[in-house]
Amino acid sequence: MSNASNVVAAEEMPQHRSLWGDVWSQFRTHKGAVAGAAVFFLIVLGVVLGPYIHTLDPQFLDIRNKNLGPSLAHPMGTDNLGRDTLAQVMAGGRVSLLVGIVAMLLSLVVGTAIGVLAGFFKKLDGPLMRFTDLFLALPLLPLLLVIIMLFRDSLRAAFGPETGIFLLIVFVIGITSWMQTARIVRGDVLALKEMEFVVAARSIGAPSRRIISRHILPNVLSPIMVSATLGIANAIITESALSFLGLGFPSDFPTWGRLLYDGANFMQLTPERVIWPGLAISLTVLSVNYMGDGLRDALDPRIRGR
Amino acid sequence: MLNYAIRRLLFAIPTLLIISFLIFAILDLAPNDPTGNLPLTIPPEVREKIRMALGLGDPFPIRYLKWLQQFFINEPLNIIEQAFGITIGDSENRLRVQSWATRSPVVDLIIERTPQTLWVVGMSYVVGILIAIPIGVISAYRQYSVFDQVGTFISMIGFSVPTFFTGLLFIVIFSSTLGWLPSIYDTTHEVTDFASFWFQVKQMIMPVMVLALFNASQLSRFMRASMLDNLSQDYVRTARAKGLKEKVVLLVHVLRNSLIPVVTVIALGIPQIFGGAIITEQIFRVNGLGQLLIVGIQGADIPLVQTLTFIFAILIVFFNLVADIVYGMLDPRIRYE
Repeated sequence: MSNASNVVAAEEMPQHRSLWGDVWSQFRTHKGAVAGAAVFFLIVLGVVLGPYIHTLDPQFLDIRNKNLGPSLAHPMGTDNLGRDTLAQVMAGGRVSLLVGIVAMLLSLVVGTAIGVLAGFFKKLDGPLMRFTDLFLALPLLPLLLVIIMLFRDSLRAAFGPETGIFLLIVFVIGITSWMQTARIVRGDVLALKEMEFVVAARSIGAPSRRIISRHILPNVLSPIMVSATLGIANAIITESALSFLGLGFPSDFPTWGRLLYDGANFMQLTPERVIWPGLAISLTVLSVNYMGDGLRDALDPRIRGR
Repeated sequence: MLNYAIRRLLFAIPTLLIISFLIFAILDLAPNDPTGNLPLTIPPEVREKIRMALGLGDPFPIRYLKWLQQFFINEPLNIIEQAFGITIGDSENRLRVQSWATRSPVVDLIIERTPQTLWVVGMSYVVGILIAIPIGVISAYRQYSVFDQVGTFISMIGFSVPTFFTGLLFIVIFSSTLGWLPSIYDTTHEVTDFASFWFQVKQMIMPVMVLALFNASQLSRFMRASMLDNLSQDYVRTARAKGLKEKVVLLVHVLRNSLIPVVTVIALGIPQIFGGAIITEQIFRVNGLGQLLIVGIQGADIPLVQTLTFIFAILIVFFNLVADIVYGMLDPRIRYE
């Protein structure tokens, strides 16, 4: 199907087809991926622009109007202190998404660096891959919990309550989720290193760092992008799990996971408090996973163009 | 094969030693005072004595080596003694890893909590496998059919929706709205007759299903992919050309070969049975190993947390090894040299 449309497009527009144009046209044929991208875009838009439309302060206490069901003034009801749930979900989403994106970036940088170094320099391969195996053997959730419990107070004292916990959580999620990226990138670099264009670059005397930045990195971009989408989903789930266990963000600086944790105690009274943040997490992760699936197909040259 | 297994086992020893050191160091060097939760009226010199009594007087390397000795020599000796009713050496004065919060040996606490975890989480793993394999087989056999589309969509949902949301959703639906199932798992419940057995089944349904759904959606994706790989192989055509029934081709030839990678995935997931169900245990108040860990973390019970985390690490390393060896045994194309 996409092949036919490509041919038609090529006849109508004689410009050359770029790689990313091809990827985009393949991505569009994956219905789930397009729907996922649309939903994710809407969630980001709602979380970023929503507070300008629904202008209630998420921390404003209105004790008289506590535990309300949904109404026009409070579309998602209010909690046990009379705070507006919609405003809280939007504020929590900003933090959750930011944690997801920043932790993903950190894990990508670490994973790509280790993967490229291990694949490119033979001497580093053994030690770096043993190091990766070691990280894969760590029981991550218990360790994350322990690290957060132990370092929470000192970091909050050093950077202020909000920045401190943010830095800590982003850092621990980032440095415990880079292993898959490193393994995939290393595999690709090992194959690329033997290809003619890299040998040619080396034969004209290009230094290793230029070969890496000019020839290797652009070619491992596709697995990195797929890891990036899956990394966001993973980081959001991990952060929510930590907050859900009471060891993540505090309730005056809530994320979706924290809202769920706080709402769980009032589940009988106001089930909305559990359903909305949970739905937000689930939809975000689901849409990001679908995007990742579509992106993987679109970036795979064996599937693309069929 | 045997050579490979021995080499891997030998390699696991330094890995585990490094992991144990990392775990010990992270917990030990953290800015944290075990006497911090005690009343402020305790004078500093008494506080210092408490710290000494907790074994914090020695320098870091000595404490690490002592912990290693307790974990690798003293505790196994104790277990052997209890199992066979014999006494080896000076068992009265042998130091054991003590929990700071309860002052009882950590290993006893862990043994006490293990059955609950194994029942609930192990059962969910079995249920998950039983759901996943048929779904994976049918979705692959009828690729792109309605069943496949729906199955893939549901497994994507099960894979994406976190267990802490499905768990709470199940509680809202089945226990607070419909009132069919209890929301709290009662561990003291004993099965004596049919009524109590039925209660046990009812209280296990929700925690088991929440985890089973998650496991099944992960496994069915693997199962489907693995079946698809095998269905296009030449031996399938040969089997059909020989005139074998479709059922035999699918269930004997293809399924057996497709299960090979799935079995290794299952083996790799077993450590999660012990450690990964922390959240589900927390939601349904199952007092298993995950809950013990959370209580230990919240109460800053460092020896308990160290030991539990290290046991999880041992399980991960061990089942990685098992997965690799099983894969080599099941698939004759794999040669480890």
